[in-house]
Amino acid sequence: MLEIRNLAKSFGGVKATNDVTLDFPDGSLTAVIGPNGAGKSTFFNLITGALKPDTGQVLLDGVDLAGRSPPEIVRHGIGRAFQVASIFKSLTVQETMLAAVSADQHSSSVLHKRFPLPEARDRAEHVMELLGLASKRQRTAATLSHGDQKLLDIALALVLEPKVLLLDEPTAGMGPEERWRMIDKVRELWETQRITVVFIEHDMDIVFKIAPKIVVLCYGRILATGTPDEIRNNSAVIDAYLGTEHAGAAA
Amino acid sequence: MTDLEAGRTERLLPVRGGVALQRYRDVLIALVAFVVLASLPLFTGSKALLDFVIRCSAYGLFATSLNLLVGYTGLTSFGHGMFFGLGAYGFGLIMQKLAVPIPVAFIATLTITAVVAAVIGAICVRLKEIYFAFVTLAFQMLIHSTILSWASFTGGDQGLRGGIPRPAFLGIDLSNHVHLYVTSCALLVLGLLAMRQIAQSPFGYTLRMIRDNAARASFLGIDVWRAKLTVFVLAALFAAMGGMVMALFVSGAYPEFAYWTISGEGIFINMLGGVSTFLGPMVGTVLFLLLNDTVTRFTEYHGIVLGVVILFFALGLRKGLLDFVAEWAARRRETGEGR
Repeated sequence: MLEIRNLAKSFGGVKATNDVTLDFPDGSLTAVIGPNGAGKSTFFNLITGALKPDTGQVLLDGVDLAGRSPPEIVRHGIGRAFQVASIFKSLTVQETMLAAVSADQHSSSVLHKRFPLPEARDRAEHVMELLGLASKRQRTAATLSHGDQKLLDIALALVLEPKVLLLDEPTAGMGPEERWRMIDKVRELWETQRITVVFIEHDMDIVFKIAPKIVVLCYGRILATGTPDEIRNNSAVIDAYLGTEHAGAAA
Repeated sequence: MTDLEAGRTERLLPVRGGVALQRYRDVLIALVAFVVLASLPLFTGSKALLDFVIRCSAYGLFATSLNLLVGYTGLTSFGHGMFFGLGAYGFGLIMQKLAVPIPVAFIATLTITAVVAAVIGAICVRLKEIYFAFVTLAFQMLIHSTILSWASFTGGDQGLRGGIPRPAFLGIDLSNHVHLYVTSCALLVLGLLAMRQIAQSPFGYTLRMIRDNAARASFLGIDVWRAKLTVFVLAALFAAMGGMVMALFVSGAYPEFAYWTISGEGIFINMLGGVSTFLGPMVGTVLFLLLNDTVTRFTEYHGIVLGVVILFFALGLRKGLLDFVAEWAARRRETGEGR
């Protein structure tokens, strides 16, 4: 269980994350939405150690991870994929997976053996199959399509066998069809891997369709949490973000 | 600039036994290379040719170690030559002042280099790109000025004179030209084999990840700073080995060995030969020394000629020589598979 307690972070006078308290039960799927500048990415950066919170706790199974370094937090089981695919452009898909498993198995500084280590193969293979990248294993990451690069980014997080997977806009920059393919993949991963998944998403159709639980952030605060129906009918959310029927699609 | 990405053209073999095979193949190539080089004196009496190979050993070790930093890790050091100088001076001074057996001086020099590189590296590898380049350059100049001004110990601008004593050990007499030649070849081949192992180890792939995307590497649980420091020290050791071969060859050590131009030549060699393959810098070394020797024979303005050549490679080709060969081979393989 991932518990966020009174998390706060300011940049100068701007409170990017303001006293956020949230629970993500094991095996839950949660969407984080909010207008631009609501602090969604900052929220992820605080959890994963890319930023140090000013105050508050990030408890994973009771262990406080707030303010620790990214490598440490990864080792505790919080994996993340990035808004812009963050991959290793000169490595092939297979090399990327194998190297990531090696890092997780504490053998990234082994000098006397040849890469790849045999014990890394099965996990790398498994995740490549899972994300449909196995047929592209010999392709250099830089030559993959945008969608495949996003998948590779998620694969990089998943291959570390995280308890919690944070996906920062998995569908960013994709066309409508590709979006649905990606989000179906995310949902399938959540169902088969039984991990806690939290994702940021702008497309309301997607969010209302697949997320059992939604968190709405606005100016660094939690505006509302609940099921799609609760959120859809929440007046504060409609005012701040969704817009009324008359105002059109203000989002 | 050229594409500074080592190991891009080398692909994993899909077969399971491939990894072990690769290693045996490398050892085999090294053995053959050594036998061929070592038997050269049997066929030719040319002292000039043997001298050329010895210089290639010294520069080749140095340039290949620089590629571990530049090509594999993306750390462009402008001060790598300081470890070449440190190797030459460390070895020369230990032999002159302490009169220990050569292997002892060899190990002692490597130890000193490791300590110095760890201290300098700890300061430098935190810095990014251009700052890293300039601070390494600053340390190079610091070591060079120390050598110049501490004349009572280092001989100042005259260098270490009076020759380096070369007592025989294990039946090897390095004052004998052929013995020195074979030993240089052995050091070159062993050094290259060790660096090849580093490049193809899990650690070597950690370096590639850091070069491509250091932030992501740290999100995979890799300690980027530690990995950079490790490769900085390892590369320094092989550069020092090159410096020691040079000191043995000229039986002395001179301030030029620690001057920034040595680092510049290292970068030059890497651009000539190309950094996308492991042996690129070695090819670059042979080209560079050939070029240097022929050009200086014809004109005293050899700097201009070398400058034009580097401009041709950097701006015209945007690659080193072996990069071209590797790309050509990759293209051929692809069209072959397509049929």
